[in-house]
Amino acid sequence: MTPTPPERDEPGAPDPVRPRREFLRNAALFTGTALALGGGLELLTRRPGAGEAAGEPLVQAPRPTGPYDTTEAVTPWAQATSYNNYYEFGLGKDDPARLAGGLKTRPWTVLIDGEVRKPVRVDIDTLQSWFPLEDRVYRMRCVEGWSMVMPWLGFPLAALLRRVEPTGGAKYVKFTALHDPDQFPGQHTSLLDWPYVEGLRLDEALHPLTLMAVGLDGRVLPNQNGAPLRLVVPWKYGFKSIKAVVRITLTREQPQTTWALAAPDEYGFYANVNPAVPHPRWSQATERRIGELRRRPTLPFNGYAEQVAHLYAGMDLHRFF
Amino acid sequence: MSRAASSSRSAPRRASPLPWLEPGVVVGGLLPAAILALDAVTGALGANPVQRATLQTGLLALALLLLSLACTPLRLLTGWTWPARIRKALGLLAFGYAALHFLIYLLDHGFSPGLLVEDVLERPFVTAGFAALVLLLPLALTSTRDSVRRMGFPAWQRLHRLVYLAAGLGALHYWWGVKKDHTAPLLAALILAGLLGLRLLRRGRRRP
Repeated sequence: MTPTPPERDEPGAPDPVRPRREFLRNAALFTGTALALGGGLELLTRRPGAGEAAGEPLVQAPRPTGPYDTTEAVTPWAQATSYNNYYEFGLGKDDPARLAGGLKTRPWTVLIDGEVRKPVRVDIDTLQSWFPLEDRVYRMRCVEGWSMVMPWLGFPLAALLRRVEPTGGAKYVKFTALHDPDQFPGQHTSLLDWPYVEGLRLDEALHPLTLMAVGLDGRVLPNQNGAPLRLVVPWKYGFKSIKAVVRITLTREQPQTTWALAAPDEYGFYANVNPAVPHPRWSQATERRIGELRRRPTLPFNGYAEQVAHLYAGMDLHRFF
Repeated sequence: MSRAASSSRSAPRRASPLPWLEPGVVVGGLLPAAILALDAVTGALGANPVQRATLQTGLLALALLLLSLACTPLRLLTGWTWPARIRKALGLLAFGYAALHFLIYLLDHGFSPGLLVEDVLERPFVTAGFAALVLLLPLALTSTRDSVRRMGFPAWQRLHRLVYLAAGLGALHYWWGVKKDHTAPLLAALILAGLLGLRLLRRGRRRP
């Protein structure tokens, strides 16, 4: 700063026009106003992006590939692990990547019970060792209108269900996620009725497309993507594919599922991807593949109609949405 | 308002036009748009940049609209005159962000008029947002001093009362757009209700 000439600051001096001072003062006030308003608005509205997961290798070779792999470009790891819906961690897409580090996925036990002849409580590593892991490159469509191509690594749910031998009374499969507010900060709120519960009809659960995933792209499943064990049902909206599964129960009755309870007019039990049935707030006819700017048409049953449409023959999918 | 200015403070200079205020507000209000553009170019908008830009411009529009509606109550409560000087700038900035928000939505849906009509007619969430923008349009077009003169102040003021309806629809649009946590839309609605309440209180006192 250049020192001001002393005679200008003399008290009692006549008040000459001081253009330079006036200008500097106005410039400072202008800058201050602009930064205060701009900064305030930015603080109020900015939602910064999150970092990707590190990704440990999951060694198990050889890995057979599934019969239904899509050849579409796989969503880059950074995006698949930084843009997640996982309300147990928070409502923001970046909350899971930011907060999932606190989730302890070992030791982890899974209880398989209900209408089965051989109920079992099993450690995740043991469970994983029962089946050969397969790569399954599936499309994933979120009910919000975005989609990804995910290279899951896992085993068919059918293999697990056959092992515990469902009884004749088993009609549905109910999945329950971990309930632990110490590890899931979002569970301190009552936004959803915790724990998260999802369900499938037994024939849907036994379908060869239905996968229990423990990995992603050859690596251990990142916490934000549902580690250590999640369901993957590629022809249904993403919220059906429950994460952090601790219990699988075969039931006689259709289970009450979390989102269907939270907003029954918006989220049904079936939640099959269906471009002909709009969400109350938006059309489901198109979707944005993450990484692309333009929308693309949504396919019935997310492109798996050939494999699964017969499961719903004769059903009114506007009613059973 | 000149009465309030002369009585409340001993002004060092006779006329205090605060020449820095309005430009500061305009540049400050445009700053988030510049940062958004920069983020878009550098890929800092995350995995779903279109959605992020839609959300951010929508929030900015509502925040600026609420700020513009806060000017009059602030002036009445404090006797300051400067809020009146920035009300128009804040309102125009709000309209600018609302228009950008709509433009991104249109772009996102491939500029399809069919889908726009379907969305506006069939989904109350979209109807509310679209109506808010439509209501703001004549206000933005008549924001010049010249318009006030041409229309006459009473008619101009009547027209500009549409801003209350637009803000209400904007808050409703925000509420409907949120899937689960309604804290932020509720806060916006409460602020809006408070600002309108202050005006009604004032009117009631003026006309007993």
